[in-house]
Amino acid sequence: MATTFDPTVGSTTGRAENSADAIAVPITLRINGKEHSLRIDPRTTLLDCIRETVELTGTKKGCDHGQCGACTIHVDGRRVLSCLSLALAHEGKEITTLEGLGTPEAMHPMQAAFLACDAYQCGYCTSGQIMSAAALLNEPCGPDDAAVKELMSGNICRCGAYANIVAAIQQVRQRA
Amino acid sequence: MHTFEFIRPADPAAAINTAAQSKTAQQGADVRFLGGGTTLLDLMKLNVETPTRVLDINPFPLDKIEDTSEGGLKIGATVRNSDLANHARVLRDYAVLSQAILSGASGQIRNMATTAGNLVQRTRCVYFRDTAMPCNKREPGTGCPAITGSNRTLAILGTSNHCIATNPSDMCVAMAALDAVIHVEGPKGTRTIPIGDFHLLPGDTPDRETVLEPGDLITHVTLPPPIAGSKQVYLKLRDRASYEFALASAAVVMKVDGRNVSYIRIALGGVGTKPWRSPEAEAVLAGKPANAENFRQAAEAALRDAKPQSENKFKIELAKRCLVHTLQTAANG
Repeated sequence: MATTFDPTVGSTTGRAENSADAIAVPITLRINGKEHSLRIDPRTTLLDCIRETVELTGTKKGCDHGQCGACTIHVDGRRVLSCLSLALAHEGKEITTLEGLGTPEAMHPMQAAFLACDAYQCGYCTSGQIMSAAALLNEPCGPDDAAVKELMSGNICRCGAYANIVAAIQQVRQRA
Repeated sequence: MHTFEFIRPADPAAAINTAAQSKTAQQGADVRFLGGGTTLLDLMKLNVETPTRVLDINPFPLDKIEDTSEGGLKIGATVRNSDLANHARVLRDYAVLSQAILSGASGQIRNMATTAGNLVQRTRCVYFRDTAMPCNKREPGTGCPAITGSNRTLAILGTSNHCIATNPSDMCVAMAALDAVIHVEGPKGTRTIPIGDFHLLPGDTPDRETVLEPGDLITHVTLPPPIAGSKQVYLKLRDRASYEFALASAAVVMKVDGRNVSYIRIALGGVGTKPWRSPEAEAVLAGKPANAENFRQAAEAALRDAKPQSENKFKIELAKRCLVHTLQTAANG
């Protein structure tokens, strides 16, 4: 197929006339409690839609193939990979990104714990780590560090901040 | 990624009607059902999967886990892997299934991946995933570069001269040991397929991986009533401690009465071109004392026909020890 992907197609402020506009379809997504009426190429992943169309850039693109966890968000309260999700399949779902988890003034306990425990270096994986860790609080997980490490294995950290990430998660769990 | 039409069929019948127009339900399908998307979307980005129509089956009421009247379990096609693994009855009666699922992928992927999607999960063979390379599974007749190339993680059982790709599923290995039955609704009605008959050996048509035909929709999987008093264990050996596919794995459902094995199901993962039930190993143990010598004999039988490639001879002994350890754990349990 000759059509190339143009990320501006779905932008609410994007060009109305576009060569790829013919295949763009309307969708309404609920992200962080706010409805967004968009027109997107059917191929658009939830990740690209969030970042490029809705312009919430807290969610990161790492591998784009479900191998790194940087794009982790919540759909109906559960952690998923937005890079392996089609935006069109998420109408009517409650989508939460890092921006919806907490704010600098009112942080989610997991965000505060990452800060307190210095649970990052470069920060690129941090959004996915925090979203994954926040959802883990509602999943079956044994009390020890090994259980946390196992359930966080889908979030890769190139800097190797794992020890402090586990410490941050355990801090929140112990205070809960 | 190639463009496609995204369709929300009104009901399963509509989905089946549309999918029946696909030229195949196998590699090259132009209509695909969308479950969790964890395999499909990944392969669409790689242009390995190029459907022109994608049918979203997630809104269908196929997401329930229910008791069957016979005392077994009915698992809907779109039940998420994490929900299946953590379901109270699965934890109690089908522990090997829970262990297998939780040993695979990551928390996020298990929240997305579905029962039916896991049944049709595609191989991780690097040549299959790379459209710049020949691959008999992806493009029949182009050859298998894995046979003379990178094959450390590939299969040693069920291979052919055309394909040595490993089936990557953990869930299916446990289901093979649990005698799962797959329920399919298609253009000609409904039918049931024992899991052992569901996946095909590559032979000279490695592009055909299952018995599914165009329009076939997996609606659910049933498990027979649990074997009272059986011990169930899944053991997975891999290069990393977590978030990695198996080099070798074993699923065992075993019951020992007194000294002797009175019920035994054995399946292996990571070593076969399909989830590898081993009736040969089961025959060695049936009615025999549950001891280390017989466990080793069972493992020898399971791997008797193994055919290693240039880089994966180690898998033969690895799989044997994996099975022996799994049997020992079940016997001690």
